[in-house]
Amino acid sequence: MSAILSNVSGKVTSLFAFTESPHLNGGQKLASKYFTVAMVLFLAQLLFGLLAAIQFIWPNFLFGWLDFSVNRMVHTNAMVVWLLYGFLGSVYWFLEEESGTEIVGLKLGVIGFYVLTIAVTLVVLVYLLIQTGPGKDASIWFINEGREYIEAPRWADIGIVVVILVFFYNVAATFAKGRWSGVSGVLTLDLIALAGLYTAGMFYLTNITADQYWWWWVIHLWVEATWEVLVGCIMAWSLMHLLGARRKIVQTWLYIEVALMFGSGILGLGHHYFWIGTPDYWFSIGGFFSALEPIPLVAMVVHSVYDAGVHKFKATNHPAMAWIIAHTFGNFIGAGVWGFMQTLPQINLYTHGTQWSASHGHIAFFGAYATINIAFFYMAVQKWRGNVWMSGDLPGNGWKWKWSVGLLNFGVLGMTVALLIAGYEQAFIERAMQGSTWDAYFAAQSHPWFREAMVWRTVFGLVTIGGLGLLIWDLMTIGKDESRPSLVLTHEE
Amino acid sequence: MSQQTPNWASEARWKKIAIWVTAGSFVLLIFLTFDTLSKTSVGGERVRAYSVINQEIDYRFDAQKNRFMPVIGKEAPLFGKVVTEAEAEQLVTLGKKTVQSKNCMNCHTLLGNGAYYAPDLTKAWLDPNWIDAANRENLMLAFLKDPVGNARANASGRKMPNLGITDEEAHGIVAFLKWMSAIDTNGFPNNFKTINAKEQP
Ligand code: HEM
Ligand code: HEM
Ligand SMILES: [Fe+2]
Repeated sequence: MSAILSNVSGKVTSLFAFTESPHLNGGQKLASKYFTVAMVLFLAQLLFGLLAAIQFIWPNFLFGWLDFSVNRMVHTNAMVVWLLYGFLGSVYWFLEEESGTEIVGLKLGVIGFYVLTIAVTLVVLVYLLIQTGPGKDASIWFINEGREYIEAPRWADIGIVVVILVFFYNVAATFAKGRWSGVSGVLTLDLIALAGLYTAGMFYLTNITADQYWWWWVIHLWVEATWEVLVGCIMAWSLMHLLGARRKIVQTWLYIEVALMFGSGILGLGHHYFWIGTPDYWFSIGGFFSALEPIPLVAMVVHSVYDAGVHKFKATNHPAMAWIIAHTFGNFIGAGVWGFMQTLPQINLYTHGTQWSASHGHIAFFGAYATINIAFFYMAVQKWRGNVWMSGDLPGNGWKWKWSVGLLNFGVLGMTVALLIAGYEQAFIERAMQGSTWDAYFAAQSHPWFREAMVWRTVFGLVTIGGLGLLIWDLMTIGKDESRPSLVLTHEE
Repeated sequence: MSQQTPNWASEARWKKIAIWVTAGSFVLLIFLTFDTLSKTSVGGERVRAYSVINQEIDYRFDAQKNRFMPVIGKEAPLFGKVVTEAEAEQLVTLGKKTVQSKNCMNCHTLLGNGAYYAPDLTKAWLDPNWIDAANRENLMLAFLKDPVGNARANASGRKMPNLGITDEEAHGIVAFLKWMSAIDTNGFPNNFKTINAKEQP
């Protein structure tokens, strides 16, 4: 038995043997493991999204085997998990450089990675093979919690919290041993909030109003507060690293962003409390503060474009720089513009829970969070190859990374526009004209405008998947036969 | 860039602002959370007691508030049996746990949150699709237990799959849906014509 176990664990760890590169420090080797699993889950996310999209067109496709609910759940859960893997990896990546010392509990961190990855695998297998259970606590504990995005059963929630505590210990203790900085201070406090918020989604309530009240604490206060600040920290480090931006400027910006983001995002939570049974003072509080949320996102665009301009776009890593720019614009458009479009209660009454939400969800998650992770993957690959050249003049003029930037962004934007058209149609026909009954719902879903939009969404989904295929190929090959060392920046400390 | 950083752009100043703004917002949120949770506890005006399933529920335009409001009417026990508050809670709890275990939210929306592949369930109890108040309970039970066999035809071609819902669980779900339809959702969905409006225009 123990022989089998050690054999299996040997096989699993050998899967990640390539991360043992002499060019990487301990944290970076661990980060590479996280990045690898993140890419696998990204691919899974898109494939299951495609299955769900096809079911909109041909409802009998896989009916009774892999129903829409299962595909959609795997789609959104794979997304949340791969983005988190990317974030954990990014922090482990720069932890030793930013703190000036070795990671305190690296061994523990590595164990945490394997435990988390095994748990994720088990959860997905149960989603696919068992799917649903009887209406008992045991189902919520071991199969599926049935609450969007945080469906992971309770046992896995607890496992996630433990692994995050290990991660948090590594971050805080390593900075404490080495040195603190503005970036690391913000990062550490933000991680406390991020992990603490997850526990707000970890208990059962029959009162669905209170249930959804806390559920939004996790979802909204993650993506519109703590995740934004986390990527702010990652951005700050990346800009110093890629462009040689001055720490003083970058950190001042980070504080400005924290003030604006938390100042609008925390009470902006109220835009989810219009219709769930909560008091109507949330109309004004939620409407007002969430309408301010685009401001920090504009600030981030100004910041990155300014920094890139000051440094005349001389960057150590062109693909990463392109994805950073995609991130700032994507964040502004996806979260700022698409979010703002539906955030006032007068509009939200008709758009709430329609394809408008799906349109915004796609462009916001992709634009704000997928992009910055991809940028980081490119920085990681560069170092892993031995800190090779990755600026202009790449072999083949860097066609793979350029085409994958193009296809991924064009694909997601295309899906977003298709879903927005479907959302308009649904809001007008189902909601405004016919009053939201079942008949009204199906009248809108069967309208040719809706059907056509679903076909276009699937077509652009395929474009997106094409872009991802190219991205994976590029990450596996870029810098392979490169002998030039990376561009050296002249730092202006 | 050799000139001094102006005071308003200093790192130390923005650090202080960031801390105060965050702390202030958070304190306000905590305060509002206490208030909201007390106003939405079960048995209040916004979220009714579970035993509301003993009564007739409707959803009508309120001219004074200028929006739709739930209306609690005369006695109309669910499944023909008046239940105590404790029994009602047990039934609704079974329904809510079944709704979670069967993953309803990954096709439907509840209170407008969830997935967009199937209709919103907020006012499902009041939907005119259940023909009339006399047929409703049996139609709902039969549909939940065998949605493929009892499919209510629609032009999209989508069907609800068989989720292995037992008779007991189906009763729980119907109770949960009836209770949920009495929640005051500030007028969402707007302009919804209920099954009763169809009966008595
Ligand atoms: C990167 C940041 C953001 C991400 C990832 C994001 C993502 C999402 C997602 C996935 C949903 C759908 C939730 C569901 O399944 O029910 C949603 C809803 C919503 N978001 Fe965002 N969002 C972001 C930022 C914003 C901002 C800045 C605003 C406002 C200015 C905003 C306004 C809204 C509103 C009003 C809804 C509710 C839609 C409804 O009523 O159905 N979001 N967001
Ligand atoms: C191949 C590309 C993709 C396809 C075909 C696809 C398809 C879908 C489908 C069918 C749904 C269910 C929507 C509904 O309930 O009506 C969905 C939901 C969602 N997808 Fe995708 N998706 C793709 C890529 C992405 C990407 C790249 C992201 C973000 C990084 C993303 C994030 C989401 C989110 C957040 C939701 C939940 C939205 C909500 O509840 O409002 N998807 N997707
Ligand atoms: Fe939000």
